Amino acid sequence: MADLAPAGDYRSSYREDMTIFPTRNSRIALWLGILLVACAPLALGRYELGLLINIGFMGIAALGLNILVGFTGQISIGHAAFFGFGAFTSAWLHESWHIPVVLCIPLAGVATALVGLLFGTPAARLKGLYLAIATLAAQFILEDFFARAQWFTGGVAGRITEPFELFGWRADREESYLYVVLVAVIVMYAGAANLMRTRDGRALVAVRDHYLSAEMMGINLAYYRTLSFGIASFYAGIGGALYAHYLLFVSVEAFTILFSIQFLGMVIIGGLGSIMGSLMGAAFMVLLPELVQAAGDALAGGAIDRALHLGNSVSFLREMAIGAAIILFLIFEPDGLAHRWKQVKAYWKLYPYSH
Amino acid sequence: MDGSLLLQLTLNGLIVGALYGVVAMSFVLIYKASQVVNFAQGEFLLVGAWVCWWLLTEWQLPFWAGFLVTLAFMTLFGVILQVVVLRPLIGEPVISVIMATIGLGIFFQALMKWIFGVFAKPFPPIFPVERVNLLGLEIQSVYLLSLGISVLIMLGFAWFFTASKHGLAMRATAFDQQVAQSLGVSVPKVFAMSWAISAVVSAVAGVVVGVVNGVSSSLSFYGIKVFPAVILGGLDSVVGAVLGGLIVGVLENWAQYLDANWLNWGNMVGVAPFYALILILLIKPYGLFGTKNIERV
Repeated sequence: MADLAPAGDYRSSYREDMTIFPTRNSRIALWLGILLVACAPLALGRYELGLLINIGFMGIAALGLNILVGFTGQISIGHAAFFGFGAFTSAWLHESWHIPVVLCIPLAGVATALVGLLFGTPAARLKGLYLAIATLAAQFILEDFFARAQWFTGGVAGRITEPFELFGWRADREESYLYVVLVAVIVMYAGAANLMRTRDGRALVAVRDHYLSAEMMGINLAYYRTLSFGIASFYAGIGGALYAHYLLFVSVEAFTILFSIQFLGMVIIGGLGSIMGSLMGAAFMVLLPELVQAAGDALAGGAIDRALHLGNSVSFLREMAIGAAIILFLIFEPDGLAHRWKQVKAYWKLYPYSH
Repeated sequence: MDGSLLLQLTLNGLIVGALYGVVAMSFVLIYKASQVVNFAQGEFLLVGAWVCWWLLTEWQLPFWAGFLVTLAFMTLFGVILQVVVLRPLIGEPVISVIMATIGLGIFFQALMKWIFGVFAKPFPPIFPVERVNLLGLEIQSVYLLSLGISVLIMLGFAWFFTASKHGLAMRATAFDQQVAQSLGVSVPKVFAMSWAISAVVSAVAGVVVGVVNGVSSSLSFYGIKVFPAVILGGLDSVVGAVLGGLIVGVLENWAQYLDANWLNWGNMVGVAPFYALILILLIKPYGLFGTKNIERV
């Protein structure tokens, strides 16, 4: 395997075409990145580590949505509801059935996948706009269910969860929980990257690119559309469960439609149909409010602050920033951050002969 | 079973449903003319109502003047949105367009909260509030007024699309863009006009709701109620949208009745239309009256 990718496509076998790491450098870069995150507790404070953890579980859920939206060409405006379902399931399983948390998290993923399949049944025949509306309905129905099912969610009071524990090792602080999330991210991202190399993964992409041709080639549209919904819900459930055992409290009011839109924003901003893009999009979406907050703090006390009442409306400014980011990316960079990153790499690789 | 209560609820449903119908109609207008699914329809109501409220309270304008200025502003607002945000997205996949309108929706909702705050604010009293007795049922006069305005808007739409030149151009564009273009219809103008009309009509609905219930960010929920209505009525039928709106309004109130008397689940008012929506989509994926899209390769 070469260290640098040649300029041009010299692949001569399917095995080379399907490889995850085209060069040795890309493999090394990935391991270095993981090592860097693993060493983060040495350098960063608890708040920054909390942001990293947020990026982790949001990134897992965003990846699920990207498999649905970016790879299969379906859409879901109810992702946060599934995320919430995973969070409640994990908390409920642990409290009512005394299943250890380490098993609760994958079980929550499976349970959420089943719920996703239930709502995905209409999705098997729907696409585009009609699917968007059906998932919007799923969002409201699930939100209503959360508010009503006291035995499951704790009702208005919410549900308190226990921290992650494995063989006596309790991950109840940011420094330790970071590793739990890191392992989950690696497993889930490796899973998705490999899924896309299988027959099923290619079938999903075929459904996205031209569903009529895909059907003519013998791909069962209803099966793969529903499957994609199930996978997306599974990822949302895992992300939600990780969220629950990080915050140690799950509120029924957390999983609003705005949260769903945030997930869609992550996928759009990161890049539709890009696995690493999902993580970039999640990072962008988690850091954007921080940026707005920082900008608000920097202007605090100044004339602009007094004129616009910045101090007590930062939460609205965050929402506006999310909306604006989605629109601006759609207009100016529809392929997302992953595409921009490729262009930056190409620029340096070809420098100074980039034309 | 309480007959008169049921009748009263049905009437309430029809009044609210007529407003849903108006909003659904303006949603369908945009969809028909420019193939854009507008998830920011509710924010049109919100922006219109807040602007009108602001003109009436801060500037002390008389109602008719404030109302007219609001309509002029919304015309401009609709055109600018179409030209700045939606025009660059022509030809992009439907998911991108949906996402752009969702982004617009949360942007304007947050902007309105930022400028006007999160609490509901009442309109200055414009019309006398009194109770009218209609066939033995008590109705507030403002509700009758809102019903009247809804019917008026619907008649206006009917006239616009059957008799006026611009309405015909719009229908021609909806039917076939290329043919319309070759017959001298300016398609970009039609797109901009459809957004302007839709924004204006939604703003009227927003002002009506604001006068009745006060202005708050919950107005944008009307934009979400539009979806059950258009799925019931068919996305590409203006008449269907009105029917769908009425059905959703009545359905909500009946669900509440059922809920209060027997089920005791709570909040059925908000969720019942969405259960209906899922059921309909399970049976008929293109809605109750929608035309099935036939695709050729």
